[in-house]
Amino acid sequence: MAEEDKQQKTEQELEVIKQAIEGKVERVEQEEQHIYKQVRSIAFSILSPKMVKKMASAKIVTPELYDKEGYPVDGGLMDIRLGVIDPGLRCKTCGSKLKECIGHFGYIELARPIIHVKFVNIVMTLLKCTCRECGRILIPDNKISKIRENLDQIEKESGIEERRQKVKEIIAGLKTTNKCPLCKAKQKKISLEKPTTFLEDEKRLSPIEIRARLEKIPDSDCEIFGLKVPHVRPEWMVLTVLPIPPVTMRPSITLESGERSEDDLTHKLGDIVRINQRLFENINAGAPEIIVEDLWDLLQYHVTTFFDNNIAQLPPARHRSGQPLKTLTERIKSKEGRIRHNLAGKRTNFSARTVISPDPMLELFEVGVPSIIATKLTVPERVNEWNIQYLKTFVEKGPDKYPGANYIIRPDGKKKKITDETKEASLEELQPGYIVERHLMDGDISIFNRQPSLHRMSMMCHRVKVLPGKTLRLNPAVCTPYNADFDGDEMNFHVPQTEEARAEAEILMEVQTQLISLRYGLSIIGCTQDAISGNYVLTKNVSVKREDAIDLIGAVGVADFSKLPRKAIVTGREVFSALLPDDFNYSGHSRLCDRSKDKCDKEFHVVIDNGKLLSGVMDRNSIGEESGLMLRSIHQKYGKDFSIELLGRIFRLGIEFLLRTGFTSALSDTDLPEPAKQKILEDLDIARKDVGILIQQFKEAKLEVFPGKTMQETLELKILEVLNKARNETGRTVANFADKRTNTMIMAESGARGNLLNLAQMAACVGQQALRGKRIEKGYEQRTISHFKKNDLSSEAHGFISNGFKTGLTPSEFFFGSMTGRDSLMDTALRTPKSGYLYRRLANAMQDLKVEYDNTVRDASKKIIQFEYGEDGIDVSKSENGVINVKRIINSV
Amino acid sequence: MKKPKFKVDKHILTPKHIKISEREKLQLLEKYNITSKELPKILKTDSAIKELEAKPGDVIKIIRKSPTAGVSLFYRMVSDV
Repeated sequence: MAEEDKQQKTEQELEVIKQAIEGKVERVEQEEQHIYKQVRSIAFSILSPKMVKKMASAKIVTPELYDKEGYPVDGGLMDIRLGVIDPGLRCKTCGSKLKECIGHFGYIELARPIIHVKFVNIVMTLLKCTCRECGRILIPDNKISKIRENLDQIEKESGIEERRQKVKEIIAGLKTTNKCPLCKAKQKKISLEKPTTFLEDEKRLSPIEIRARLEKIPDSDCEIFGLKVPHVRPEWMVLTVLPIPPVTMRPSITLESGERSEDDLTHKLGDIVRINQRLFENINAGAPEIIVEDLWDLLQYHVTTFFDNNIAQLPPARHRSGQPLKTLTERIKSKEGRIRHNLAGKRTNFSARTVISPDPMLELFEVGVPSIIATKLTVPERVNEWNIQYLKTFVEKGPDKYPGANYIIRPDGKKKKITDETKEASLEELQPGYIVERHLMDGDISIFNRQPSLHRMSMMCHRVKVLPGKTLRLNPAVCTPYNADFDGDEMNFHVPQTEEARAEAEILMEVQTQLISLRYGLSIIGCTQDAISGNYVLTKNVSVKREDAIDLIGAVGVADFSKLPRKAIVTGREVFSALLPDDFNYSGHSRLCDRSKDKCDKEFHVVIDNGKLLSGVMDRNSIGEESGLMLRSIHQKYGKDFSIELLGRIFRLGIEFLLRTGFTSALSDTDLPEPAKQKILEDLDIARKDVGILIQQFKEAKLEVFPGKTMQETLELKILEVLNKARNETGRTVANFADKRTNTMIMAESGARGNLLNLAQMAACVGQQALRGKRIEKGYEQRTISHFKKNDLSSEAHGFISNGFKTGLTPSEFFFGSMTGRDSLMDTALRTPKSGYLYRRLANAMQDLKVEYDNTVRDASKKIIQFEYGEDGIDVSKSENGVINVKRIINSV
Repeated sequence: MKKPKFKVDKHILTPKHIKISEREKLQLLEKYNITSKELPKILKTDSAIKELEAKPGDVIKIIRKSPTAGVSLFYRMVSDV
């Protein structure tokens, strides 16, 4: 009765599948009829042998592929009933041509059953948990119903995932049972010899026996294991027939020489069919058991590697060239597999990639596009009554002259290329409803990106500016969000093709909208390098002639000179103030402010009153990237569009000013006056002596030992301390004596580039080289280099560089310097991929987290992750240092 | 084996765990418009709630020190397994 029921069920299912297949065939013929349905659920099941046969259009019996004429053999692996991959042929199953036919499955009858590798674990648990005699699950009858109820309840309460967990527990408990509670049969120990051999008490179980045992398991018991019967029967995990994938998923390629080269899957299937045929023949001829078994094992190997060619215990099947075959699992898995390579990530059209270079005269939200790219990438524009004349000018120019057009698209979707010959016809044909794909023009919307895209600021929307040259150009101020430089970096460029995409890019991704970092609430885009030193020099006691000042702010892009005071000589601060809006007020520290005092010096503290810079200098603290507090104030008051404009102007003011005055760092910048040199030498000498005294104490064992440290460790720590102190002392000397007017000092003071430590390293003393937090101690036996005596503990023998870069290093000092240099190079090279992988996992784990309207952070299933975003519910990008400054807001309203 | 005297739940670094009443629980669910399934879970055997004798289904209120907000409240539902 149950048998009949099963039959009927499978019968019904088959009908459904058959209809689906036929439906597909019909759809192909009807040409693109879309059906929209919502997916409620997906059921996964295992193909039954019956189903395999039903869905197959051909039985494959011969490993041959083509006959002498190069025509596919009937019953071969390239049988045209399985679909067509040659132009001109028609599919025997559905009658459609190449590209229309989606392909059809075939099957082969296996001479002996074969274990499916991907199911060995389930087969294993099933064998272990059911009786070898009666096939029932090893649970007493009275307990079964209770367990079933329990499982159902768990599923209802906490979902299918929990149920699976529970099933696992039950299975784990069953594995030790050694007597069937129903028929009292003794159970033998079953083990798995990987990958596909099952042993029962050290005796081999043949797949035939395994299949017989699985067949005996009743439907009701299967359900406890989570196998619902119409979908899955355990014996289907032992294959008796093997579906042959359609040729369309394993197309052969014709080489230039006219030779055919088959797909890896076809090769593997050929092996399977060949061995299977031989096995059949041997069995029918009554060959000795040993030969049959050898062939059977070989067939098992081929079928296993057909599914997965990367099984630890099996040697991978290889081409004749020795390179391993790519079979089913390898096609899907890992980075180059179908999922991550073709589904999660795709190749795009309407995109470009080249080297980038800087152009400060571009606006921040612009991107310079080479004209070659601009004639290849297009924007589709729909023709209507009002723009037909305008669009015709593009078509007239054709694909080669800029700005022209490359294609027109007819209302029926047919794409026509514009060439010199078809130009006239296209022009004639053009009417409302058509689409013209015109060249990229200034002001078009594009998306600009640099990998690795770790940020949302790594992909921003820029306006196109078509320029001569062959590189993509960007304002150097937007390097920070992309983390770009110009040492050969390449960037990607995309042109959105629909109105929706363009609107979305403009509203959500434009550079202006990305100004304030959501990590720390300051402007990520700001002045860098020259722009900072330029503004610093300008705002620090410089006066220029009025003509020069006008020239300067004119070059920056300001046309209104009325803000400049009517004087023959204007100060740098007045020039800078000319850019600021009249109602802007700001007060903040500059880098020169002494923060230890309550009130800082009036000279350095930045005060802007009604758009006039009254005192202070512009430096990194005010206008720098990731630190510019003035930029944040401007953004708060005047909004994104004004900020980006002003930022561009300030940036340009800095470099334009430097351009006019000149700015170079010279070797003489590191010159020190004689007393300073003397002091540095003395300090280093004292340090050297101190180290000598420490070593002496150590040798006499008189050194005072730090708690928890050995004498040796104490010595190392003390020496490090002494040497560090000495280096800092030289640094201080350099800072005190160095000429503040030198350009190197200006760069360091304004925060444009470099710091006092760098200067001290050049002028005075490089300092201790450290490997893993210790002095250098590697190298030869009991010494670092053979230039020193063994057990020499002195500072110079362990990597202290007492010379500065200008004086020059001794050979051994240079060697120590390269040791740490190599170490840090290796460190960065190894750290990058590691942190990249870490980031990938983090991003995947958090990708669907979202702040809901009630300020809770929830995942895709609306489970709460945080009850209040960031525990305080504050959006950092809209706060000041993580707090909302209510006082300031009230004052400003 | 002797039982260790050290109790994790009394340690200064362990945030305070409090079992809330059924009424408070309902108020909480009401406030966030959720069912108890959407709450984060805590294991019944978690050392921090050993003393509370909480049953599966109870909600634990956790008072944590927070670098951003000073004090933050968190709720977790007791579950077995």
